[in-house]
Amino acid sequence: MTEAARKVDHTFPDLSRVPQVDEVGVVERVDRFCKRSIKKDSKVQALRLALSMIDLTTLEGMDTPGKVRQLCQKAMHLHDQLDDLPHVAAVCVYPTMVGVAKRALQGTDINVASVATAFPSGMAPLSVKLEDTKTAVAEGANEIDMVISRGAFLAGEYQHVFDEIAAIKEACGDAHLKVILETGELKTLDRVRRASVLAMHAGADFIKTSTGKIQPAATMPVTLVMLQAIRDFYYETDRKVGMKPAGGISKAKQAIQYLVMLRETLGNDWMTPDLFRFGASSLANDVLMQLQKQRTGDYQSLDYFSKD
Amino acid sequence: MSKLQFDGGWEYAPAPESTDHIEVNERYGLFIGGEFVEPASGEYFATTNPATEQQLSSVAAAGTEDVDRAVRAARNGYDKYWSKLSAADRGKYIFRIARMLQERAREFAVIESLDGGKPIRESRDIDIPLAAAHFFYYAGWADKLDYAYPGRNVRPLGVAGQIIPWNFPLLMAAWKIAPALACGNTVVLKPAETTPLTALKLAELVRDADLPPGVVNIVTGAGDTGAAIVDHGDVDKVAFTGSTAVGRAIMERLAGQDKKYTLELGGKAANIIFADAAIDQAVEGIVNGIFFNQGHVCCAGSRLLVQESVADEVIAKLRDRMETLIVGDPLDKNTDIGAINSAAQLERIEHYLKLGRSEGADVYQSSVPVPKQGYWCRPTLFTGVSQSNRVVQEEIFGPVLAIQTFRTFGEALEKANNTPYGLSGGVWTDKGAKIFRMTQGIRAGVVWANTFNKFDPTSPFGGYKESGVGREGGLHGLSAYLDLVAGEAA
Repeated sequence: MTEAARKVDHTFPDLSRVPQVDEVGVVERVDRFCKRSIKKDSKVQALRLALSMIDLTTLEGMDTPGKVRQLCQKAMHLHDQLDDLPHVAAVCVYPTMVGVAKRALQGTDINVASVATAFPSGMAPLSVKLEDTKTAVAEGANEIDMVISRGAFLAGEYQHVFDEIAAIKEACGDAHLKVILETGELKTLDRVRRASVLAMHAGADFIKTSTGKIQPAATMPVTLVMLQAIRDFYYETDRKVGMKPAGGISKAKQAIQYLVMLRETLGNDWMTPDLFRFGASSLANDVLMQLQKQRTGDYQSLDYFSKD
Repeated sequence: MSKLQFDGGWEYAPAPESTDHIEVNERYGLFIGGEFVEPASGEYFATTNPATEQQLSSVAAAGTEDVDRAVRAARNGYDKYWSKLSAADRGKYIFRIARMLQERAREFAVIESLDGGKPIRESRDIDIPLAAAHFFYYAGWADKLDYAYPGRNVRPLGVAGQIIPWNFPLLMAAWKIAPALACGNTVVLKPAETTPLTALKLAELVRDADLPPGVVNIVTGAGDTGAAIVDHGDVDKVAFTGSTAVGRAIMERLAGQDKKYTLELGGKAANIIFADAAIDQAVEGIVNGIFFNQGHVCCAGSRLLVQESVADEVIAKLRDRMETLIVGDPLDKNTDIGAINSAAQLERIEHYLKLGRSEGADVYQSSVPVPKQGYWCRPTLFTGVSQSNRVVQEEIFGPVLAIQTFRTFGEALEKANNTPYGLSGGVWTDKGAKIFRMTQGIRAGVVWANTFNKFDPTSPFGGYKESGVGREGGLHGLSAYLDLVAGEAA
């Protein structure tokens, strides 16, 4: 945990000061990001950065230790045919798989992230959520991806949502807390903005769009609104909160568009896995394919890239 | 307040649009009677790329004799061909121009950026598509004019003399030519002397579209050529877009002449941000309002009025946003702000930067690098200014924004209207009722709510007070090219 994060004082924010969001304007701005033309060196740089920001994820009811170990192998060896590749930021699993992942990743600096708090619905009492979180941390998770209580949020019980996040944050101890807003269930950008503010004031180290279980998952307009909330929080408190769009980003081109949006909204300080992650399972191979193409000039078949 | 860091780090590699596919002749004559002809004077002048200061081509300088020849060709085209065609056939020709413009969009976009300095993103995504849209829109009207004005008979005027500016060269040509042709007139059009190339390419296109000779004539030249058009006895209608000073001179010349006219002149629009606006989107709107096309926009939101309680926040966000605006090579697909159109215009902008400083304004410019060669101006803010400052009163026509604050609705409205101009305005608030109250109060031809600088051929455009006379675009734009006679519609 950073010094700044420790100093957060968890006071409920003045929600009347949360700015309105105009969806038409947001979509227009996003269109401009997508028109940036990223070629040559800057493309390679972006692709490598994107790889290093991936939270390689498996969140299935049918996950087994074998599957998780395979995913960890992929995390450590993305594509050994290409030299000098960065490794992904973290492997993201359910709490019961944290131990398996931890052992598989031993000796690397790849983090283990665990979803918690009755993921994905969050429909459990706080005591269960706290226990869920503590178990994952005890098993060795460096990062906890919690879900907010969308029902309570939509019912206007903001204090409840806030208190819950603050309590989970405390239960995390030294583990980083990512707060999943599940924007696909919040429906409006105004709610996304408000939930972002709540989560950051309650102590989130990262805010994250989605569980991946609800459609739409991450979109650029939603991510832009969250990035703007992060920027305003930084203006106000000098604390840098991270961002994690998750679900729906499977192509290298999309990843580059997200990075353009990140750079032009929050600047260079955020262009690091410490402050930006992609929650994705299939993005890595498309990025690898593009990197290979940049090197050799040819696209290789997907069969040349390992699927774990 | 913490500051974001935009320097260094991940940079975008140059992404220039290719120029391989374009063809620009070394020399262009005048397009009269369906063909390119030498000017009587034998004189030519250079047109240059403002981003490199290199010459692109040389174009003919039309004198009085040439203008007379063009007007005679237009009259002949009107008498012999255009007035004899059925309205539906007129429409077909205009549709053909529109389609061909779409087909050659890439070439037109590149030439527009080369000759005028505007970023390729804008010429590609805005200028050229909108120009084609205007031809499509007015082509549709050609055979429906009788239904546009129920109870009246409509007649074309004859020969229209049209003079257009350098900020949207092809788009302004489309705004002028499309309704004139749809209404059954023939035209003599003069593009601005710094940006004649897309109009000349349009002349080639008109020739390729097999328009009857003399229906569209394009003559190049400077102010004298324009004056010759305005003064010509056989011109029935004058349409001008440009500065208020020239507009006033044209109006003086027109006094006592029996010509219809429309003038689309300068502006100093207020862009009003209320505290309850969606602030981040409003900041985008400020950027689009003043930095679009290097601020060479008559309807630019060049005066920002921001409610005092959010002024610091808005200005801080605007400054951070300005750091991400890329100034440079107009042909680079990532360029946000291109080259200032000409040395003369750059001098004018710099004059105002100096004037603002001497008036005591605080000047802020983004730290973005600009190329050495060519004409450039960093995006600029003036703060600490009031209605009494000349940089607030006068049109600068560059990427320069004057920022003032207000406390109440009434104060904002008063300041917005306290200008000799009345072309456009912008309102940003989350409250619908406030939008209606403000837009009804602002004396301007176009007022945008929660957006800025949006154009559509169906929407009329024009000004109050010193911003001009008449409307272009939409149904309103038809009446500028028609004689409306009382009587039963056919």
